[in-house]
This record gives sequence, C-alpha cells and structure tokens, in this order.
Amino acid sequence: MKKLFVVGAAVMLLVLSLTGCGSDSLTLNVYNWGEYISDGSEGTFDTIREFENWYEETYGQKITVNYSTFASNEDMYSKISSGAVSYDVVIPSDYMIARMAQEDLLLPLNFDNIPNYKYIDDTFKGLYYDEENKYTVPYAYGIVGVIYDANVVDAADAQGWDLMWNEKYSGSIVQFNNSRDAFGTAMYKLGLDVNSTDKTVWDKAYDELLTQRPYVYSYVMDEIYNIMESGEAAIGAYYAGDYFTMVDAQAENVDLQFYYPENTNFYVDAMCIPSCAQNKELAEIFINYMLSEEPAVANAEYTYYASPNSIVYNNETYIEDMGEDAMAILYPGLENFADEYNKAAYRNLSTEMLDYLNTLWENIKIN
Amino acid sequence: MRLSAKIYSGIIFAFLFAPILVLLIFSFNEAKSLSVFSDFSLKWYKELFHDRNTLESLRNTLVLATAATVISTIMGTCAAVGMNKLRSKWYRAALNTVTDIPMTNPDIITGISLMLMFVFVGRMFGAANSLNFWTLLLAHVTFCTPYVILQVLPKLQQMDKALPEAAMDLGCTPIRAFFKVELPEILPGIITGAIMAFTLSLDDFVISYFTTGNGFETLPIRIYGMTKKTVTPKMYALATIIFFVTLALLLISNFVDNEDSRQLQKEKKKRKAKHYK
Repeated sequence: MKKLFVVGAAVMLLVLSLTGCGSDSLTLNVYNWGEYISDGSEGTFDTIREFENWYEETYGQKITVNYSTFASNEDMYSKISSGAVSYDVVIPSDYMIARMAQEDLLLPLNFDNIPNYKYIDDTFKGLYYDEENKYTVPYAYGIVGVIYDANVVDAADAQGWDLMWNEKYSGSIVQFNNSRDAFGTAMYKLGLDVNSTDKTVWDKAYDELLTQRPYVYSYVMDEIYNIMESGEAAIGAYYAGDYFTMVDAQAENVDLQFYYPENTNFYVDAMCIPSCAQNKELAEIFINYMLSEEPAVANAEYTYYASPNSIVYNNETYIEDMGEDAMAILYPGLENFADEYNKAAYRNLSTEMLDYLNTLWENIKIN
Repeated sequence: MRLSAKIYSGIIFAFLFAPILVLLIFSFNEAKSLSVFSDFSLKWYKELFHDRNTLESLRNTLVLATAATVISTIMGTCAAVGMNKLRSKWYRAALNTVTDIPMTNPDIITGISLMLMFVFVGRMFGAANSLNFWTLLLAHVTFCTPYVILQVLPKLQQMDKALPEAAMDLGCTPIRAFFKVELPEILPGIITGAIMAFTLSLDDFVISYFTTGNGFETLPIRIYGMTKKTVTPKMYALATIIFFVTLALLLISNFVDNEDSRQLQKEKKKRKAKHYK
C-alpha cells in the first residue's frame, strides 16, 4: 500500500509542475466576453498566441496571457468589484463602463503607449460613457435591427418596428426576454426617450408591449439563434453581427433578411484597464496591439461585429471577405455615429426607475 | 401490467437520455446549426483538438479534478477511519451530521461563503489576487471530502471489527494492521468515493465560478462564457467525449462493486462449507 502513497505523491508533483507556480515570466490577465476574439479555431488568427509571440520578438521577454471570459456585464462587474481578482484588460459594454468609471474602477489610459488609437475614427470618440476619452478604446459596436424570414414575410411589410406588431404574422414574432431591450423596441417604435425618467413614458411603452403580446411566439435571448435558423419563428430583433451568425446556419427553407428601423439601439464595447490592474503599461501595449491591422481585422471577421477601427473597415481583404451586403448592413454609413449613438444608446437608469421597469415587465409576462 | 412497466421505464429512459442523444447526434453535424442535420462529419471533433483555449481549460479541469480527488480521498478515508473508532455514539452521530452539511448545502452558498473567506484572508495578507488555483483546489477538496467519507464509512462499519484486532494479536503494529487488513477491506469504498469526487469536481460550475482566479478557467466556466453568443458545436463534441469517459468510469465503479459483493458471497459460502465439515 506504500505504492498508493508514491502514486499520490507523484500526481501531486505533476499537478504542481503543470500549474507552473513560481515562474517569473510576465503575465497579463485579460477578461473578455466569450467567443469575442479570434481564437485560432477553423484556421483563423490566434490573437492571444500571436500577441505572446509578437511581444517576445519585440521586447525579448516571455509573456503569458491569462485569458478568461464572462457571459454578461454584470458577471464581470461582480468579479472586478469584489476585489478578489485582478485583471489588466477588460472589455465591457458602454453602460457598464459608465458605471465603473463613476465608481473609480477604471484607470485613465496613457495614450502615449497606444499610438494606434489614431486609427479610431473621431466619430467614435467622446461617446457618452467616456466623454473625455480618458478610459476607453472602442473594440466593437452593434446596432439592433429587425431580422425576418423572407419566405414568410411579404417584402412590403418589412418596414420599421411595425413588422413586430403586425397581426398578420401573429405567432411567429419573437421579442427580447429582457426588460430593457423589450421596452426599447416599443419606445423606439413610438419615438420615446429610452432613458426617460418619466413613468408615464414607460407606461406608454408598456401598453404597446401589451398590444404586441398576443402575437408573440415567445420571449427569447440567445435561443433566438436556433428559433430563427430553423424557421420556428419568422420575425425578431437582434444585433446586426449576430444576424450573420444566423444566416450561416439557417435551414434550407429559411431565407433570413435584415433591415434597420428608423430609431434603434446602439451599443459599444470598449477595452479599458480596471483599477485592480497589476501591469498597466503591459495592458496598454496589449490594447495597442489589438488595434493593429492583423489582429483587428481577424477579430472583426471572427465576431461579425462592426469595428470602429479605420484600418479594419477600409481594409480591402476584409471588405472582400465580408461581402458587399454584409458591409452595407454592418456599416450603414452613419454620418455622425457619436450623435446618433449618444441619442439612442441605453444609459444607466436609477434604481427607482429600474424597479418600476421590472414591475411593468413582470406584468407583461404574467398577463 | 408488464407492458405498462415497459412503457414507464421507456419514458424514464427517454427523459434521462434524450438530451444527451440530441447532443451526441449534433456533434457529428457538418453544419453549425442545431436545427438542420446536413451531413455526417467529424469536423467539430477536429476543430476541438485545434482549439487551444478549450483544450487548456479541459486540462485545467482535469488537473484540478485529479488533485482534488487525491487529496479528498486521502483526507476522507482518514476522517472515516477516525470517526469509526470513536467510542461515544453521540459524538459520532454529531460528527456525521456535520460532515453531511456541505453535501446538503446549496452550491451557491458554499461557493459564496468560500469566496468571502478567501477574499477576507487574502486581504489580511494584502494579496492582489486572493483567488487563484489554490483557492479553487481548496474549495473542491471541501465539497468532495464528505462524499468520500459517505462511501468509506459504511465499508468500515461492515467490516468485522475482529479482523484488525486479530492482525494486531498476531504481531502487527496498528499502522501495519491498517494497511494489511483494513485498507484492502474498505478499498472498494475508497475507489467509489474517489470516482464520485472526480466526477463531482469535473462537473462543478457554481462553486468554481466563485472561487477561481483570473488565469485558471475550468471547462464549465468557459462554456458558460460562450452562452452570450452561441455555444459552438465543438462543445457538443467535447461533451460527447466527456459523457463516454464518465460512462466508462461508472462502469468500472459498478464492476468493482459487483466483484466485491461476489467475493463476499463466495467467502460466505466457503465459511458455510467449512462449518458443515
């Protein structure tokens, strides 16, 4: 039975050597959304490994990138604010950045280390969550549009938010299963302010959603992929980038199409450095690397989201790979992104408004 | 009656295995979709073995599960042996209940309380990262150990108390008696306990989610991170592989159990035979 102990000890030694504690090479901790970076699958560019190689070649020092993922802004926020773990680079969404900046959870960037910031078009600067461009470098953005199955929906009906309220397609409409986004569709339809602090405004949107309710097939979040791809439902709203993911997997008798209603939601995800960062300069070098041509193009192609980086959307191979139609949808030629965005994006609501919104939302789902 | 019994077990099996079957089938799908099966292909298996991050998280999960299993099996066995030797019945019952608590506690409570403790201790020592691989390992050992005790203790109670005593009478030191006589006797319990600990550790999401640090991503955490976009079919392939590995482990554990009871019966027969002679 001594053997058992020998085996046990050997396993422990193996474990110790595998976890590689006590190594003195540099480490960089990156925290990003799941499936939000080109990771080398299906022969794509392996961003993290390439960065490690590039860094070693350029600076002559070995570096290990610890790359972890989160599924929602709130998950990320709770990890960072607990103070239990430190990350050097995080990529949250706009409203969460505003909140983190307000709570002093972000460090101001030193743009001397990020010369590639010049590639970011001016129209993506001065956005509401970081008006002075102190904390963030935008990574990707998306615009909500309406996705419909052209085999079911008449082309003439495919206009504006009205399609999602069209009785003719009762039973094949899917709506967001998330209070903010669902109310958003109704408020953009009615031309209301999505960040209103006036309860009567929200009541109007509530009535609108109640009218829609009988036509709704189901309230969904990421189930929408399967439901739309298989043709189970024919009309739903989602982000432009995700539309292409659906088209890639659509069934044979489904023909998904996409358009933007007149008012709609925008979001921006941006790279920033949280206050718990251990190696700020290294983080800035990483951010700068992410803005350089090869990784930026690879990431935009991998995620299908629009890039605010001018060397991406002007890149010829990128334009060719995405195709004309996709480019037209992803980059709808906004004259002034910042203005449109600041007008239409969701902001943090006060706790009181959030509570009120959730009560209304629950009523819709119960009724 | 028989037909209804068959139908009933059919329904039960459908409930248990239909989801796994769907996953299994679609892991061989050429297309990315979950609604259309276009063609049989091993594409996603190939993709899986080229996905460095997923393989690394798989490696992390396995390293963690192995380490947690070894530690919790040793600790659990020691604890069970000690508990079995307690004279006071009341004390033993109390200890039994206490070791059961981590099993009946909801994972989320175990996870959050462990995280709070690690952060508290980490802050006390001024660490920037109070959560890391070691906290994760501690957490896994914490929830695995009770299951090992649960498996080993009944084996100890089943064992004839006279056996180790006889060994000692014949000149064994207590330690030697333990290794020569008791351990072989309770080994099936230890193996089952170790297998349970391994599968539990492999499977755990909630507790790991709260106690892991920044560089150590286990497989369940990685898959959870994918849910914002779609979970890629690579994961179906991986889940299929894991399913079969777990199945194999279960079969082994059942085999060990059967072998054990068969031997027990043989011995009984032998004893009886001797008795009649």
